Amino acid sequence: MSNKKHIKMTVNGEEQEFLAEPRELLIHTLRERLNITGPHIGCETSHCGACTVTLNGKSVKSCTVFVAQADGADITTIEGLGNPDSLHVLQESFKEHHGLQCGFCTPGMITRASKLLEENPNPTEEDVRFGMAGNICRCTGYQNIVKSILAAASEMNAAKEAAE
Amino acid sequence: MIPAAFEYYRPKDMAGVLSVLQEHGDDARVLAGGHSLIPMMKLRMAEVPHLIDLQDVEGLGGISVDGDTVRIGAMTTQHDIIDNAALAAAAPIMREASLQIADPQVRYMGTVGGNVANGDPGNDMPGLMQCLDATFTLVGPDGERTVEARDFYEAAYMTDREDDEILTAVSFKAPKGGYAYEKQKRKIGDYATAAAAVLITKTDGKCSAASIAMTNLSDTPIWSEAAAEALVGTSLDDAAIAAAVAAMLGDIDPTDDNRGPVEFKRHAASIILRRAIETAWSRA
Repeated sequence: MSNKKHIKMTVNGEEQEFLAEPRELLIHTLRERLNITGPHIGCETSHCGACTVTLNGKSVKSCTVFVAQADGADITTIEGLGNPDSLHVLQESFKEHHGLQCGFCTPGMITRASKLLEENPNPTEEDVRFGMAGNICRCTGYQNIVKSILAAASEMNAAKEAAE
Repeated sequence: MIPAAFEYYRPKDMAGVLSVLQEHGDDARVLAGGHSLIPMMKLRMAEVPHLIDLQDVEGLGGISVDGDTVRIGAMTTQHDIIDNAALAAAAPIMREASLQIADPQVRYMGTVGGNVANGDPGNDMPGLMQCLDATFTLVGPDGERTVEARDFYEAAYMTDREDDEILTAVSFKAPKGGYAYEKQKRKIGDYATAAAAVLITKTDGKCSAASIAMTNLSDTPIWSEAAAEALVGTSLDDAAIAAAVAAMLGDIDPTDDNRGPVEFKRHAASIILRRAIETAWSRA
């Protein structure tokens, strides 16, 4: 069955255009078609959050979005937040506070955390735990993930104050 | 985890939606947030040859609070509900319940329309809508009609909605008095083992009106008129609450599943309802 659709999307600021079957899942588009392999496939059943990306300003699990739904969308993945030469504050903070062990969930964690801090720049520990509840980590027990996010929030706020 | 191929439509208006529904009947389904339908399609438990994405259809979004009338467009997400100050003021139970649905990512996508129209006994909004005595607006080839939430659910995934109709909005009168939405679940993201929506009005120290609905304890939501009646006229002493809980237990019909045996669910339902009544009363 060939019912490919012409799809256009912006991923990490770059325009992408291609033909795809509507049923293709966004996570597969990102990883296999666009070679953007930061978002991971953990459970592929909408539970674990490893595939989290920001789609039109929302944190979404890209395993539960058809590529056709994302036609015209603006998408940010972990690759759009920072890079090895210039880490995002959250990436620095996860490194500093051991917010990861195996690292598999980390891209989804940080992508989700970036949106959380955008919506709530001064979260309490409870806010962080509640706001990160869609991301599962099987190594850390979450303590250091929460610590990393809270530390990144303070740092971002301090930088904002210094700039003012 | 790849679903069967389908034709994809993204109409801009209701006429476009209805024409696909009419042409393809039950081979066509509408897609709102997709967080119930897409997992089912991936498991190939739902086959949808014609998928109609509602994201661009005009007039399906928006929350309006006009006097004491609340109207919520079908494509309004749980995230939108949590974020809406006017709604939180008019009907705080909506926010309290929405915060207990799924997880943050799912709440950005999951919609009121999908939640109420899907007919999944695990969804939280159907019971909540029955508690609020909400009205659903449906649009089909013959125009618009309304159905009471309390008359909408027939069995699991079976509702009063026809295949060629879509649910476009829910509306209800802003509730007065105390409220509570209590939910017992195994973990974040799970459906309820038991959930209760309770509204209570207090006049001169006594309960003057109440509404109680239970979720995931039957193949439809259960609006328990008997449970509410057990509270009315009392000052919610222990005996009145026990009578309400007993009446609720007479109305639910849970089944054994991976959330536990029937006895456990009845136990959980009792605890959850008691908590919800006590919280609602304390806020009344």
